[in-house]
Amino acid sequence: MPSNASAATLPPHHHVLEYPGGYTRSTGPVIGRFLTGLRDGRIEAVRLADGRVLCPPTEYDPTTSAAVAPEGDHWVTVGPCGRVQAFTWVAEPRAGKHPLTKPFAFALIRPDTADTAMLHVIDCGTPDAIEIGMRVTPRWRAERIGHITDIEAWVPLGDGEEPTNAPLRIPPVDEQPVTGIVSEVRLEYTINAGESTARYLLGLGEGKIIGGRAVDSTDVYAASRGTDPITGQPTEVEVEVQDTGVIATFCVVNVPGLSPLAPEIPYVSAQILLDGADNTFFGLIRGIGVDDVRMGMRVKAKWADELHADHTAIEWWEPTGEPDAAYEHYKDYL
Amino acid sequence: MRDVAVVSYASSTTPKDDIHNEVEMLGPVLREVMAGSGIARGDIGFVCSGSLDYLQGGPFAFVMGLDAVGAWPPIRESHVEMDAAWALYEAWVAIQTGEVDTALVYGFGKSSLGDVHEIMTLQTDPYYVAPLWPSMVDMAGLQASAATGAGALIAADDIFPITDGSAAIVLAADDVARKASKRPAWIRGIEHRIECHGLGVRDLTISESTRMAAEAARVGDGPVDVAELHAQFRHEEAILAEAIGLDGHTTINPSGGPLAANPIMSAGLMRIGEVAKRISAGEANRGVAHATSGPCLQQNMVVVLEGN
Repeated sequence: MPSNASAATLPPHHHVLEYPGGYTRSTGPVIGRFLTGLRDGRIEAVRLADGRVLCPPTEYDPTTSAAVAPEGDHWVTVGPCGRVQAFTWVAEPRAGKHPLTKPFAFALIRPDTADTAMLHVIDCGTPDAIEIGMRVTPRWRAERIGHITDIEAWVPLGDGEEPTNAPLRIPPVDEQPVTGIVSEVRLEYTINAGESTARYLLGLGEGKIIGGRAVDSTDVYAASRGTDPITGQPTEVEVEVQDTGVIATFCVVNVPGLSPLAPEIPYVSAQILLDGADNTFFGLIRGIGVDDVRMGMRVKAKWADELHADHTAIEWWEPTGEPDAAYEHYKDYL
Repeated sequence: MRDVAVVSYASSTTPKDDIHNEVEMLGPVLREVMAGSGIARGDIGFVCSGSLDYLQGGPFAFVMGLDAVGAWPPIRESHVEMDAAWALYEAWVAIQTGEVDTALVYGFGKSSLGDVHEIMTLQTDPYYVAPLWPSMVDMAGLQASAATGAGALIAADDIFPITDGSAAIVLAADDVARKASKRPAWIRGIEHRIECHGLGVRDLTISESTRMAAEAARVGDGPVDVAELHAQFRHEEAILAEAIGLDGHTTINPSGGPLAANPIMSAGLMRIGEVAKRISAGEANRGVAHATSGPCLQQNMVVVLEGN
């Protein structure tokens, strides 16, 4: 029986967005040459057609968009010292993100003989140890890989002080110019399911599949996100649908490792038109050979022995042995 | 050019919506904006939205958003991974082609789920900038430093508040607009311009892209009663007012602006809606809305709205 929806809540879910091993990015020859220079302990730049020296270099003139050639005598070495053009103090470094773990400054630093500034970090201890126009010099890492963080940080350079050279690095005999970098991205979230999804998930924990419909509609959506996707009206009326249904469409998966939860290949994933619902529902099909799965086949949920309010509650779907549904029954759900 | 107007506007913001999912959050705003237009859902010619997958940490935010629109029978739809002000620009162009007379534009997102200051780092140069993870606030601090000629440590109340929310606008052309609203807010100028991404290449003390967009939108052709500026950091307001050419005659950000509520992906659209609302209410006759995208005012849109 339909019942009026009641407020349902679930604990927030901790979600991590991370690509294992990071994204690999090609640098192209211009950025690659700059990063190769950092690996060698020098800062390279390019002289543009109007005479300005651009550092760090890009593949094109930022004003005219003319291409910047990766070779030629327009390449110059700048710095190694520079001057602070602008800075902002970071009192609380972001763990795992910012290059330094103690308070530091982000700054726009114009290397000597360059006409543009690069964004980098300055390690100077306290905010009153830095000012605009101050001389700074790179503190190079000993282990350099061809990355913007090969300069660990810039540090103040006192009057009459000489910059220190990059620590000597013995390159492997077959070392090639830098052509790529690895970008590590990890973002963390606290997700809340929302009222309708929470009702659905709490239902799973009780061995039920909860759907919803709009007040003025008979269309029931299993696992509704809160609106009727045809009309945009809120699905305020809670409706339990059956844990039986018909395979509308399916796919035999022969690709291994699509998710940590995926079974051994080959397996079947299907869109199932549940009895009492007007939308299809995703599930794995087991208890039958992959070659014997058919559109129209009737299936029933295999519930987990221990139910939780999440997608582990239904382990898979298996044939009921009843006669197949007619094509007319599911043709609008393909 | 066709006469195109904002005929309805709705928005909803809150510091943190931990009750509703994005679709549930967006639904009431869409229903309110449609009711305000008096236009039937099925008569809308074009639907365009702005959203950001990184806000929720999952793909296809805009596809889920369509659940709140209703997309069967299939609708003519598009999406920008930008503030919905740019979705409005796309919709305005679609109406100018003459193919459609009306458009529904909306933006939505929850900034409270992740760390939005950090998420915005991902729109920077992936070789030279992103590996250092300057946050949105760190980069704004560099602009504040450049603008003042001193180092910057931006105070908390000079930074936009974290906001969940959505906003929506219905656009209509010519007689459809006159029928939908007693006093439509006509778009008399709309333009956007972008600058180089390298912060060390740009002059951060000014906003040249805003100045050019304002000139192209013909802000200077008349007095500006009201302006809504998408200034997410307090120091940006003076840079923008200068670039647009606003003077003491103009009331700036009467809504409170992004320092009061800044739902990422709809705050720019809200600027257009807030100006339109005041024009339609008869409180103002000519107004300017500004929207921005990218770090340190990288890309800027200026819209001129008039009551007649």
